[in-house]
Amino acid sequence: MKIFFPLVIVMILVLLVFAGIKANLYFLFGVVIPYAALAVFVLGFIYRVLKWASSPVPFHIPTTCGQEKTLPWIKQNKIENPSSALGVIIRMALEVFAFRSLFRNLKTELRDGKIVYGSEKWLWAAGLAFHWSFLIILVRHLRFFMENVPVVLKTIEGLDSFLQIGVPLFYMTDAVILAAVTYLFLRRLYLPQIKYISLAADYFPLFLIFGIVLSGVLMRYFFKVHIVGVKILAMGLVGFNPDPKILSEIGAIFYVHLFLLSILFAYFPFSKLMHLGGVFLSPTRNLSNNSREVRHINPWNYPVHVHTYEEYENDFRDKMKKAGIPVEKE
Amino acid sequence: MAKLPKPEELSKIDLKPPKTDWMDTPVEFKEDMYCWGAKGKNLKVVEFPNARDWSPKEEDWKLPENWKEIVMEAFGDRLSKYRSFKLFMDICVRCGACADKCHFFIGGGDPKNMPVLRAELMRSVYRKHFTTGGKIFGKTAGARELTLNVLKEWWYYYYQCTECRRCSVFCPYGIDTAEITMMGREFLNLLGLNIDWIAGPVANCYMKGNHLGLEPHTIKNSIEFFLDDIENITGIKIEPTFNRKGAEILFVTPSGDLFADPGTYTAMGYLMLFHELGLDYTWSTYASEGGNFGFFTSNEMGKRLNSKIYAEAKRLGVKWILGGECGHMWRVLHQYMDTWNGPADFLEVPKSPITGTVFENAKATKMVHIAEFTADLIKHGKLKLDPRRNDHLKVTFHDSCNTSRGMGILEEPRYIIKNVCKNFYEMPENTIREYTFCCGSGTGLNASENMALRMRGGLPRANAVKYVHDNHGVNMLANICAIDRATLKSAMEYWVPDVQVCGIHELVANALVMKGEKERTLDLRLEPLPGKAEKEGNE
Amino acid sequence: MSLKNLLEENKGKIIAKWFDAIIETYPSDTANFLKSQENRFANPVGATISQGINNLFDIIMNGSDNEEAYAFLDNIVRIRAIQDFTPSQAVSFMFFLKRIIREELRKAIQEKHIYEELFAFEAKIDVLASSAFDIYMKCREKLYEIKASELRRMTFRLLQRANLLSEVKGQDSDFKEGNDG
Repeated sequence: MKIFFPLVIVMILVLLVFAGIKANLYFLFGVVIPYAALAVFVLGFIYRVLKWASSPVPFHIPTTCGQEKTLPWIKQNKIENPSSALGVIIRMALEVFAFRSLFRNLKTELRDGKIVYGSEKWLWAAGLAFHWSFLIILVRHLRFFMENVPVVLKTIEGLDSFLQIGVPLFYMTDAVILAAVTYLFLRRLYLPQIKYISLAADYFPLFLIFGIVLSGVLMRYFFKVHIVGVKILAMGLVGFNPDPKILSEIGAIFYVHLFLLSILFAYFPFSKLMHLGGVFLSPTRNLSNNSREVRHINPWNYPVHVHTYEEYENDFRDKMKKAGIPVEKE
Repeated sequence: MAKLPKPEELSKIDLKPPKTDWMDTPVEFKEDMYCWGAKGKNLKVVEFPNARDWSPKEEDWKLPENWKEIVMEAFGDRLSKYRSFKLFMDICVRCGACADKCHFFIGGGDPKNMPVLRAELMRSVYRKHFTTGGKIFGKTAGARELTLNVLKEWWYYYYQCTECRRCSVFCPYGIDTAEITMMGREFLNLLGLNIDWIAGPVANCYMKGNHLGLEPHTIKNSIEFFLDDIENITGIKIEPTFNRKGAEILFVTPSGDLFADPGTYTAMGYLMLFHELGLDYTWSTYASEGGNFGFFTSNEMGKRLNSKIYAEAKRLGVKWILGGECGHMWRVLHQYMDTWNGPADFLEVPKSPITGTVFENAKATKMVHIAEFTADLIKHGKLKLDPRRNDHLKVTFHDSCNTSRGMGILEEPRYIIKNVCKNFYEMPENTIREYTFCCGSGTGLNASENMALRMRGGLPRANAVKYVHDNHGVNMLANICAIDRATLKSAMEYWVPDVQVCGIHELVANALVMKGEKERTLDLRLEPLPGKAEKEGNE
Repeated sequence: MSLKNLLEENKGKIIAKWFDAIIETYPSDTANFLKSQENRFANPVGATISQGINNLFDIIMNGSDNEEAYAFLDNIVRIRAIQDFTPSQAVSFMFFLKRIIREELRKAIQEKHIYEELFAFEAKIDVLASSAFDIYMKCREKLYEIKASELRRMTFRLLQRANLLSEVKGQDSDFKEGNDG
């Protein structure tokens, strides 16, 4: 059920597109839904982040992963246990760009004289491959939205296709992301432990992304679509002036691609995919470990009922006096 | 009497759970795995709601009628108060990196001890009540109603987590199960569902100043009792002071060390060290507890107990505070105390009167860890040490969860140990420092009725100790935590019987050459020092 | 060809099956972890079982002293004694070996008529299985002993000073009042 349900949903989504094209709903699928999805994504993302941010961080709770700053002659681990803003920035950068914490799973061992890696490196590698290729592919797509493609984009494209295979040139990231998504899916399917903890919400985005990539790949390498038309549509969307005439000239597969992507964007703010924004707010990672040096303020700190010294002495005054312990009141 | 199994049953047991989803697998309370319920009288002392005697074994937990409302209201409240809680409810992708990092899972194998699943126990309820998707799609969205069974599951598993934070080291988003367990316990406490092993000490600490419920004259007596032993060993008579106004330093340490071996030897170590330094310090009977079982109860209770330390420092007019060896005590002092009960503007920035070192890293909280203090002394050559007195020991060091992952005090204790004994061996890399394994009995789970749980939780740590025991002959497990000293002793008794447990200041005091001492023949445990037994035997 | 040769030849297969059979006694989510995580510090249960049965097998096969076997048996039983097993389940893993050998080597044993050797081999397993039960009992007793000694450690200092501490002494009977930490 956890796997089947999201799979069926994605299939229905694909069928919806074909039905829509058949019914000539080009404007809906080419203009309305993308705009709506983008709006939901942007507003939803901002809303979610603001909602998190509206809860304060009452306590200073970094998870420290190295020696803290203490005596000057003891070497501090300035990144894994940062005491300065710079240290925190580097720690966060490593976390966001290199998945530092996942990398900890990568345990090397010397077994029978050979270095052996634990199987867990695959999670880190696949995760990194997936996220980076997703990002590169997104960036690559920006060319559709620009009149003059900047040098940076061209360089990225050039690097991505440097193998110079096929016409059109084959992008490595396409293969990498397919492989990574497949691995991340199979992992959930075949490792009992991971299968046990997985929810429908874990499979759905995987299927969705798989569908987006697959339709993209099919569109680029197999069923050619009216690529100039796509560009005209994209430019039109950017300028809030899409040309309705061009819509029907682009192939159906393009709409599958666009629709699934729209769904992903619209689904994003309501899902675990928000870890993209959440990771930056994580108090165990984004705080410096200087809570004895600088007082952390809890905005909702409130007075509590305590058992005062006075009450304590009242309870035990005689016993204290007898034991020779000084008291306030004789 | 159990039914006699058929032969084929005995030869092939299948304990695989029925192929049900974890949500559909009801919690089963297993013998030796949980603690006794809090007694009403202990909860009443601290004015907790729904105080009553109850037993987790009984079907009826005597819950208030509106228990669900109480929990859901608190749930919403905490979501708006703790970004960590809210974030950690939302962003987990269930990658499984944490799954096999929990000592309870490693040692016992209960899938709900996987940190991700422990958190999902709460997330599922969160989705049902606080997210639109969960409300609409229900189970498909991983959401479920808060039922009595779920509540019992919470109780069972949130008292099977020691808030050690090992999982949070491996989580790509830093999700810290400790934060979730804390909330779980906070909710349970609103229904009077604490465990008595925590509720008892909390009540004691609130009224009498320490977990053990030692009254002022008893604390003094306990410490004076050590003085006799110290005099026997060194020939030196020490006279510590109590509740003395005008002392330069207030010393706070967990009360467990005043009471139970082997922690007592660490307490003796403090006394000897401070005497040798001529330190102007005082003990307090009011703030006679460094540890804080309130922290394992609720944020508010933690704050209430912790308030005594600053209050006493202010009353006595000391300049700064020195804290003994303890784990969760230091998590609280380091990350919570100043926020809760500060600012400590009535104190001065701590400065070692012996070396003149100013502890800039503690300039706001004004509290120094004794490992920092002693490491500084040794570095400046202020202590005369004879490490040969610890020659009979082969020592390894266990990093406590809280001091390693909630603070980062890793090098000081090692530096001290290496200066006071000659045989030091590290345990394997993935079991020490930030990767250290819990003793298996933290967060108030060091009761005796849950011994199987404790032994399971202690297995990963003990297994690494066994490795250095087998390979290097290690016979002493040093640590800087009072709960470790009490519970690792038991874990060792079961798993690696030849290994003893000690605090590092016991080792320091053994090696410490004191002015005017007689020739020592005994260590702090009143056992012959190496080389001395034979000598006496030969004479 | 003797049974010993047969066992030696098939050791890899038999051990693997034995290991799987023991691991199967855990929940499947756990079993996967116990099997796949090979770091002995990250997975003490799996590693202890794996190492233990390897050595036990060699010892039984070579007819070595039971003393030697005892340590490995102890390592395994000590773990199972604190997990969710009944006593019979906790020590049954020795009997798995019998079944697996019969299954694996049935044909060869029938062909070669080496029943005598098989009986002798199985007798050794039986001896070890009974030792396993002894160990199990010792482990359980140890647990109770630890419970008791924790209480003793906590009250020891009190008793020493009993004459000084009448008030606190009253709490001795209610040991849960006291606590470490």
